[in-house]
Amino acid sequence: MQKKISTLPFKGTPEQAQRLQQVIDANKSDPSKLMGVMQEAQGIYGYLPMEVQQMIADGMGVPLEKVYGVATFYAQFALSPKGVYNVSVCLGTACYVKGSGDLFNKLSETLGIGADECTEDGKFSLTACRCIGACGLAPVLTVNDDVYGRLTVDDIPGILAKYND
Amino acid sequence: MVNVKVNGIAVSVPKGSTILEAARYAGVEIPTLCFLKDINKIGACRICVVEATGARGLVTACVYPVAEGMEIQTNTAKVQKARKTTLELILSTHEKKCLSCVRSNDCELQKMCKDYGVEDSGKYDGFKPHYELDTSTAHLVRDNNKCILCRRCVAACKQQFVSVIGANDRGIDTHIACAFEKPLGDVPCVSCGQCIVVCPTGALTEKDDTGKIWDALADKSKHVIVTTAPSIRATLGECFGMPIGTNVEGKMVAALRRLGFEKVFDTDFGADLTIVEEANEFVGRVKNGGVLPMITSCSPGWVKFAEYYYPDQLDHLSSCKSPQQMSGAVIKTYYALKMGWDPKDIVNVSVMPCTAKKFEIGRDDENAAGVADIDVAITTRELARMIQRAGLNFANLPDEEFDAPLGEDTGAAVIFGATGGVMEAALRTANDWLTGQDNEAVEFHEVRGTAGLKEAAYNIAGTEIKVAVASGIASANYIMSCIKDGTAPWHFVEIMCCPGGCVNGGGQPIQPASVRNTTDLKALRAKALYDQDAAMTLRKSHKSPVIETLYKEFFDDGIGGHKAHHCLHTTYVPRKKFQ
Repeated sequence: MQKKISTLPFKGTPEQAQRLQQVIDANKSDPSKLMGVMQEAQGIYGYLPMEVQQMIADGMGVPLEKVYGVATFYAQFALSPKGVYNVSVCLGTACYVKGSGDLFNKLSETLGIGADECTEDGKFSLTACRCIGACGLAPVLTVNDDVYGRLTVDDIPGILAKYND
Repeated sequence: MVNVKVNGIAVSVPKGSTILEAARYAGVEIPTLCFLKDINKIGACRICVVEATGARGLVTACVYPVAEGMEIQTNTAKVQKARKTTLELILSTHEKKCLSCVRSNDCELQKMCKDYGVEDSGKYDGFKPHYELDTSTAHLVRDNNKCILCRRCVAACKQQFVSVIGANDRGIDTHIACAFEKPLGDVPCVSCGQCIVVCPTGALTEKDDTGKIWDALADKSKHVIVTTAPSIRATLGECFGMPIGTNVEGKMVAALRRLGFEKVFDTDFGADLTIVEEANEFVGRVKNGGVLPMITSCSPGWVKFAEYYYPDQLDHLSSCKSPQQMSGAVIKTYYALKMGWDPKDIVNVSVMPCTAKKFEIGRDDENAAGVADIDVAITTRELARMIQRAGLNFANLPDEEFDAPLGEDTGAAVIFGATGGVMEAALRTANDWLTGQDNEAVEFHEVRGTAGLKEAAYNIAGTEIKVAVASGIASANYIMSCIKDGTAPWHFVEIMCCPGGCVNGGGQPIQPASVRNTTDLKALRAKALYDQDAAMTLRKSHKSPVIETLYKEFFDDGIGGHKAHHCLHTTYVPRKKFQ
């Protein structure tokens, strides 16, 4: 799967920009620090939108395409923001045979977003993850730190409703 | 020195040599696909695998260093099988439209599959990503369905300093594209086409504009005029199997006439015109304290680079249009008037070594007669395809001459096609003008040669003139960074976008890696131009009878005058890097 690029508007603050600039200034003499800078940038912004990658590229003196190539090569880098509530569905073997694929599709349909996307109001994001070590509860999903197990598709509206006020 | 044996042949090679280099000393060729001398050396495609003592398994010859006593086998059954399997795997995601592919017959993948007897091209058929074509620029089409991920284009783009393409995503999804999957037209690509000439397959091709020309030639209400750039005569022959560096000016003119062009003119007159206007502009800047150094503006890839990357330094660029545009402007103004033609009925076709020329014809302020100076710009390769389609036996064509009056040229214009040529041409004219005499010395050897950066200083009539000649965007960037930080010592700088100048342009015939790795294309092609210059009587632009006539009959307020300025000069705009 190619990484999805968020179309949500960038909402960075001057404070965030200042923090990123400090990280860049501390590392810009050494292009091999690029990945570390990108990790810190993701720590600051939660994801790496074009505006942030452009700041990194300009600051580190590397082409934007190089930054983007790294960002799309490693699974740890996100091109979409996480919502206030990140719904993560386990698609590991045990959960998958117990029907987590259907849970994922139901969430995707209900929220109107695909994998690694965020709703326009910034409330929910959807990710697929691998085994979270709760196979006994399969199929499992998490909403931030809350774990929900032994689910069916019919449980989804109720779970979302808890976070939807 | 290190002693090794390649297929039993003993050779001594310098320490640090790769197996590929050692094999060459032994007269053994190892096939390569991703490797390209001086450009790409990443050992990724695994076509060049060989057996070597002391190594575990097969090793990639292009990057593996030799060791004392190493015995190398390049052609065993094991090696052949590995290469064949690699090719079969490459084909599993390759769109095999070989019947219509523009690179059919000069595709390096196709040739290799034939050499290794790959009969079942669908052996590993499986998931096959599909990519939309990128047609967003004026000059290029990217078809990633034919891409084999050798990354030669990425390396060429990096060598050209712009690095707008790279590998995105990973695994089966890996593909060559721009940041944030932007179309090439929305990123600061300079349109040089160096990626095209290094592509081993049909994944990167120039945008074919020959259809427009066939249509125009069939339209009897149009006057279809062709002009050919200085370097085309030195390279077109390669498309018809002639040795690199063969000057085919006469046959090229004959072919163009047989294709049906009403007039066959030489862009060289535009080059001569560029020199007199540019030399005049330079002398003016020196006398009036204008912005120095002044930089040539013939190369649209370079101009585009400056607009993207140094938008606040554009006043260093000469305001002169390029020879292509000057030729077009003169044909649609002066020549149209002379012939009693409406400029709207003229279709100006230019044959260029360059893909950026396709971009240049659409620039603003390139329309002296109120219509585009040039209507269609094609590359050397596209002209060769037209000649083939028309069924002309190129090698057997007679040698013919350009049409009068815009076919006459000077040696100064001929050498425009090589790095240093524009500078030398300008020096010939400036030397005469500043000394007020007809100097016999016309050769300025310090600015010749294929080096990316050359510097020289000349004392002309008591004035010291420091010049620099840069080819390739990396060198251009060096010049611009010096200008920006105030350390540039030069008065006049020539910049050409492609390494080695137009003879190595992105529109020139494609030579496979097997040739590029062992031949200096730039030097061989440039030699054809310098040889022609040396054999000519007229070697200074300002002595060209065409130029003298033009200023007498048309630009009658003189060089750099108002009329010339309207017709032959242009403007530049700062460009935003990412849309």
